[in-house]
Parts: sequence; C-alpha cells; structure tokens
Amino acid sequence: MGKYILRRFLYMIPVLIGVSLIIFTVLYLTPGDPAMMILGEDAGQEAIEELREEMGLNNTFLVRFFNYLRGALNGDLGTSYTTGQPVLDELFTRYPTTITLAIVSTIVAILVAIPLGILSAVYQNSLIDGISRVIAMVGVSMPNFWQGLLNILIFSVYLKWLPSSGFSSPLHWILPAVTIGTSGAAAIMRTTRSSMLETIRQDYIRTARAKGASEFSVIWKHALRNALIPVLTIIGIRFGASLGGAIVTEQVFGIPGIGKLMIDSINTRNYPVIQGGVLLIALAYSVINLIVDILYAYVDPRIKSQYSAGKSKSRPKQQEAA
Amino acid sequence: MEKVEMKRRSQAKENMRRFLKNRAAVAGMIILGLLILGAVFANVLTPYSFDKQDLANRFQFPGVKHFLGTDEFGRDMLTRILFGARISLFVGILSVAIGCLLGGSMGAFAAYYGGKTDDLIMRFLDIWHSIPSMLLAISLASAMGPGIMNAIIAIGLTTIPTYARVVRASVMTIINQEYIEAARCLGVNTRRIIWKHIIPNALAPIIVQASLGVATAIITTASLSFIGLGVQPPEAEWGSMLSKGRQYIRNYWHLVTFPGVFIMLAVMSLNLIGDGLRDALDPRLKR
Repeated sequence: MGKYILRRFLYMIPVLIGVSLIIFTVLYLTPGDPAMMILGEDAGQEAIEELREEMGLNNTFLVRFFNYLRGALNGDLGTSYTTGQPVLDELFTRYPTTITLAIVSTIVAILVAIPLGILSAVYQNSLIDGISRVIAMVGVSMPNFWQGLLNILIFSVYLKWLPSSGFSSPLHWILPAVTIGTSGAAAIMRTTRSSMLETIRQDYIRTARAKGASEFSVIWKHALRNALIPVLTIIGIRFGASLGGAIVTEQVFGIPGIGKLMIDSINTRNYPVIQGGVLLIALAYSVINLIVDILYAYVDPRIKSQYSAGKSKSRPKQQEAA
Repeated sequence: MEKVEMKRRSQAKENMRRFLKNRAAVAGMIILGLLILGAVFANVLTPYSFDKQDLANRFQFPGVKHFLGTDEFGRDMLTRILFGARISLFVGILSVAIGCLLGGSMGAFAAYYGGKTDDLIMRFLDIWHSIPSMLLAISLASAMGPGIMNAIIAIGLTTIPTYARVVRASVMTIINQEYIEAARCLGVNTRRIIWKHIIPNALAPIIVQASLGVATAIITTASLSFIGLGVQPPEAEWGSMLSKGRQYIRNYWHLVTFPGVFIMLAVMSLNLIGDGLRDALDPRLKR
C-alpha cells in the first residue's frame, strides 16, 4: 500500500508539468500583449518593447517555459501583472474562501443526498422515490449559475432574507453553498440510490434477512457500508472539482475566491496568475483523487489486497465505471 | 450470413421496444422534439424578430402580446429563446461530434494497439483531465477569441478524455471476446473486424455518453456566454440573455427566469433520453 501511495505521488509530478505545458501553450497562443495590457493602449512602442524585454516575453517559447518551471520548483510562480504581488500570495489569500465554499457546499450536498438516496432505494418505486428522483433530475439539469440567479431572486430580492453577494459572514455562505450543493446532491443521490439498489439485491443481504436480522440492521449495517463505496468516489470527485472554484457561481455571487480570480485574470491577460491558479487547482484535484483512492482501499478490503499484491496498475474498475 | 443480419435487426427492435417502454425517456424525446421544432421554425412561429429593437415596449411583463415578456430593448423574449435553442442545440451537437471523433479515435487507438501506445495516450489524457473542464473551456475560448465556432471547438476539445475513456474501455472488452478471436481465426481481415464487429458492439456506451454529453455542452455554452465568452450579442443565446437579465434582476424577474427554464428543459430532456438509452442498450445496468 505504501509503495502504491508513493508511486501515485511521484506520478503527480509529470502530470503537473504536463498541465503547466498545456496552459502555457494555450496562453502563448492567446492574442494580446501583456506588456501593452500593463502599460495601457497609448503607451509608446519603446516603453512596451522595454517592458517585454524585462518580463522575458521576447524569449522563445521553450526558454520561457523552462524559466517558469525552474521558478515554480523554487516556489516562485512569478508576480501578478495587475497588482505586482507574488502570484503565490494572491492565490493563498483567495484560496481559503474557495475551500470554505467547497466544504460547506459538499456538506449540504451529503446531508440532503445520502438520506434521500437510501430512502429512494429502500422504497423503490414509491412516492418518495418518485419525488426524490424528479428532484435529482431537475438538480442535475439546472445550470449552477441559473440556480444561483433564481436563489438571489427568491431569497434576496423577494423575501429579503439573505444577502445576494459577498462572502464576509456565514449568512453570505448560504445561497452559494446551496446553489453548488444542489447539483452535487443530485449526482450523489443518484449514485447512492443505484448503488444501494444493487447492494440490497446481493446474496449476503438475503442471508442476513433469512437469519432473522431486523430490517433496520439489514439496511444500515449490512447494506449501507458496502453501498457507500461508489458514493465516496462521487463525493470525492465533486469535492475535488469544487476546490477548483465554482468559477461561474463565484462570479454570480461576487465571491472573491479562486474562480473569480481566474476569470478576472483571463480578462486582463494576467498570465502568471492564470498559470499559477491552474497549477494549484490541478494539484488540489490530484491530491483529492489520491486521497479518495486510498480511502477506497481502506473501506473495500478487496481493493486493498489487490494493491498489496501489486497487481493493479490503475484504479479499480468499479471506480472508472462510476 | 442472412441469419446474422436478421438477428441484429431484431436486437435493434428489442432495444427500441425497451426504450419506448421507459416513460421518462419518451417524455424526454417529446420535450426535445418540441424544442427542435421550435428552433427550426423559430422565424415562422412568432411575428417578432430576435434582434429588432422596439424601445416603446421595453421590459414588458409576460402577457397576451408577448407570452414571455420583452427585454431591455423591447425584443420579444420567446422569439429570442427559440432562436437561442438553435444556437444551443447546434453548439451542443457539434462540440460533442468533435469530442467523440477525436476522443473516440484516441481511445480506440489506445485500446487496439495497447502497450506503449496505450500508456502514452492515456497519460496525456490524464493530464488533459486534471484541468477542470470549465476552466479549460474558458482558457481555450479566450485564447481563440469570441464566436460560436470557437466556443464549439473549445467545448469539444475539453470533452476528449471522456469519450476516449468510454471508447477505450468498451473496445478493450470487445477485443478480448471470443467471437473476435474466432473471426481472426477464420481469416477475417482487420478492417472488417473493426467495422463489422468492434464498432457496432462498442457503439452503445458511446451513444449514451454522447446524449448526456450534448446536455453538458449546452450548460457549458451557456456558462461561457454568461461570463462574456463564446456567443456574442445581439445573437440570442440563453446564457448571454441571463447575463444581461441579471442587471435587471431587482425589477424584472422574467428576464432571469425563462431562458434558464429552457436550458433546464433542453438539458433534462437529453439526460432523460441518455438514461433511457443506457437502460435499453445495456439491461445489466438497469436500475
């Protein structure tokens, strides 16, 4: 197991270098001169040229990329074009907001989704199953930003209960967390339901019933533990994705998180911040994925033994299917 | 040989029967059908134009003359929404086609050749996949500049890993089946094996993924236009209509409500169809 974790950790290095290369290439091909963006449209040609030289923009693509990588390895992601602050500092001042939002919205999603998913499966084809399936279907079909707008319309404009933008107090967290949580909840609920349905048809559940275990114990003790394995994956994936910042939702609620920072940076051609942000988001995503895989092995002894035997090269099959 | 043909047709019939028995999927088909009709006949269905301003009738609430009201330039919302359906469906289908074609061939290539080729392609896709797709779509769209075609390409490129994985997994399972080996032993040539045996059998998961993919692409398109990338005004696009309407959210609720309802309907119908297809094509997954 230890060996597997180490190998996965080492594997993150080429992935992150690759991510840097991709985003570097995309930005390299993006029209617009950062030097001109900093100095303004009516700056003299000479001044622009001087700044370009200073920023190393006149070097070839490869030289620029390797300079960037060397800096990144030393913890230097460059300085922001707009504020002059080190990119790492900018990212770290924004990141707590995004992490808070990710955690709160994931909790909202789990609290709603798992009980509904279980009920839906246990009482398959009943009224409660029907209602929660419709809710889940509507939840996955609503774009996040539109749901955000509707929440603002109902809870801020009409009912005047909650603030429509900002992130300064827990009261401000509610609308964005519910907005992001709903789509997460829909996905988690669907997975919980189908996994639970599959589990309660297994032989060992029939055995448990046959030997006289109470229905409560069958569902909560025997079935749930196994049914939650795929659910864990989807929660992990959702959480990892929300660590990348709910880009559009942050925009809707004016939340100063990493997602809004990325859009602002893209609009102002603030390349160092975009590069650093993408790198940080990809890192967070990979780490969460790794943690989910490790947790997975702990809750499912079959997978654990597979890893210890060193048989599996990639993720367990079940997870890919999820 | 004829027997085989007959069997395949009855298999398709059986799938169709299973699909039509699924009420949710049929409802999805009906909603999508109506949306497509609305999009195709947008210019005959309403007497209004999607971009002609009528400042005397600004900000009308929904009523008899304008079913869904008018926007800040007095343009009929329903007309704009129907024209918006054209854009959304067009972008959705075309970007999925790009993703399917590029991703699918990469996945098939990886599965068929295996070994080093497989490793190389899959590692590249791992990297591609580590960038959140919304962020990648935004970066690509801003690199290529605004416009429908660029949005289609940007969205298509971000979906490559999904299709590559689906196709790879499905081709890999098929390649190891005995009937492929049997065909090889009988001396059937590679091209025939690919076209007659592998592709028809690998198609089911791809069709399912594609129908769900169009739904996702519609959301991505709207999100891109919402933040000012992708489709530009005065073109009527659902996301950009919501972005404009947002400025008037305090006074005119209809501007931020109806375009969203239509995004939801389109996405939901495709999701229902996708789920129905999955259940029909792969009864083992039936839930």
